[in-house]
Order: sequence, then structure tokens, then C-alpha cells
Amino acid sequence: MKSLLAISSIVFTIGVLSIPAVWSDDDFNWKEMGKYRDKSSDVAALTNPLYKEECGSCHMSYPPGLLPERSWLRMMSGLEDHFGDNAELDSDTARLIEQFLVTNSADKSDYRKSARFNQSINKSNIPLRISEVSYFKHEHDEIPQRLVSGNPQVKSFSDCIACHINAEQGQFNEDDVKIPGYGQWDD
Amino acid sequence: MSYRTPLSALLIGLPLYFSFSGLIQADKTTVSQLLDSYNNLGATVADSKKGEVLWKKTYISNGEFPQRSCTTCHTEDLTKTGKHIKTGKEIKPMSPTTNPDRLTSIKKIKKWFKRNCKWTMGRECTPQEKADMLVFIENQTNF
Repeated sequence: MKSLLAISSIVFTIGVLSIPAVWSDDDFNWKEMGKYRDKSSDVAALTNPLYKEECGSCHMSYPPGLLPERSWLRMMSGLEDHFGDNAELDSDTARLIEQFLVTNSADKSDYRKSARFNQSINKSNIPLRISEVSYFKHEHDEIPQRLVSGNPQVKSFSDCIACHINAEQGQFNEDDVKIPGYGQWDD
Repeated sequence: MSYRTPLSALLIGLPLYFSFSGLIQADKTTVSQLLDSYNNLGATVADSKKGEVLWKKTYISNGEFPQRSCTTCHTEDLTKTGKHIKTGKEIKPMSPTTNPDRLTSIKKIKKWFKRNCKWTMGRECTPQEKADMLVFIENQTNF
């Protein structure tokens, strides 16, 4: 009888513990909460595990809201030569990632900075580098080269997260900028 | 407690034993399954020494980094953390002893062989080359 009690209590505990896993719906919660709870967010926070795994293993996981749909489509069609590296994906994975990028692209997103990025891009342009977008250049034009290319801890504008410490949370505010070897940036 | 009886010890212990031995088996079969598939494509016995030579060989490219080798990003010591030559992003050690996640996913191994052979050598690796490098990586330990 005792063992029966023990077994049923184990079964009950497992059941109770698994309720949150069954209830939670990550995609929905993150997107909606990000939008309405924290309106100061610059671009959407990154929450897609497949994207982080596939794209984030070689470089920072760039927020999709920094380039328009047409840029991501071109990017995904040329993964064999991805800025000089081979980043080929199998077709199923590529399709899922492309879907994620397009859905959250700068021209689909209503986040503050995504809109700015999108507005600054000429409709006939298809930029592949975020750092070549006009709005990006405008926002970084006062940063001296010695703090970026001349800074061994930064090296280039491609590594957002080197200075924008909360980049993967979608935060690109000046308050969140900390340049390695220099400190807080204030202009 | 009724747990102390031999029968309940067996009842609890056996499934536990099988589930863990199953996990260990799974790691083994990832590599051996791949080796089987390379054999089916014409590879003969995998040779770790040949794998090591391939791993350390330098290939010439017309691209941004003219001298390319597996060691360019992964270093010569596979138990150490590597670094992406372009982005500087950290690459976890390749040795399955230092990094138990290595060689546990057929899909991942296929993906990275394809990408990295093309970048490093300018072509896909042959089944024999993949087999040799696979056993070389598998044999890397830090003791």
C-alpha cells in the first residue's frame, strides 16, 4: 500500500510539473509581451532558438528587424557565399529561418528602430550589410575609428554586441552602449 | 520501506540502467552510423592518422583568407576553444571528451562537413576523407 502511495505521488508530481510546459506558448507570449509591456524596445528581442542555433553559431544573431524583407530574401538565396563564408543550410531549415526573418523584418515590424532603419533605405536598394544602411551610418558617424576598427575588442561595426551590451534583447539605446576600453558613450 | 525489497530495487533499477545505457549507445552509433554510410559510398577503413594530416593541411584560396586549414578556426589542439577567423566568435572544443555535445548529431556533422570542407578545401570532402577526420576527432582527448 505504501509503495502504491509513493508511486501515485510521483506520478502526480510529474503531472503538476509538466503543466507549465504544456500551457506556455513561447512564440505568442514573447512577441505580444515584448510589444506591449516594453514599448521602449528598439527592435524585437531574439527568441527563435533555431535562428540562434543556425545563424548565431558563427556570428552574433542579428535582429531581423534591422533589414527589410527583400534583404533577407537575397541573403537566404546566397548562403553558399555568405560574406566569403559557406553557410549552406538544408532546405527545411532554410525555409523556417527565412520565414522567421521575413515575418520580423524591418518593413514588417512596428518597433521604433526597425521603422527608422526601414525608412532610411531607398526602396530600390537591397542592402545586405546592416552597417551600410543610412540610418546605421547616421547613428554611428561620431564614433572615431580608433574605438571600432582600431579597438582589438571591437574590430568592426559588425559585432554589435561588443558595445551594445543588450543587442540580443533588442536594446540599442545609448544608455546600453559600453565601448570596451572606453566605457559609456555619450554624445 | 518497500523499496528495500530486491524486487522493487530491480523494478526501479532496470529501467534506469537501460535508459542510461541507451544514452551512451546513442553517442556511439552517431559515429558508427556515419562511418557505415561512408563505407556504402566507397570509403574503406577509417584512418585517424590520415584524418590528422587532413586536419592540419593548408589549402590555398583566392578568397579573403588565402591560407586555409581546419586549424585556422579550430586550432591544432582540439581540446581547446577555437575562434571564427572572420567574426571572432568562440567555437567550442571539437574533442568529444572536453565537449560531450560533439559527434552526437548526424545532421550537425553533415552540415559542418559540407560547409567547412567547401570553405577550407574549395570542394566537398570525399567519404573517405570524412571518415578519416571523423575518427581523428573522435580520438582527441586531453589526457
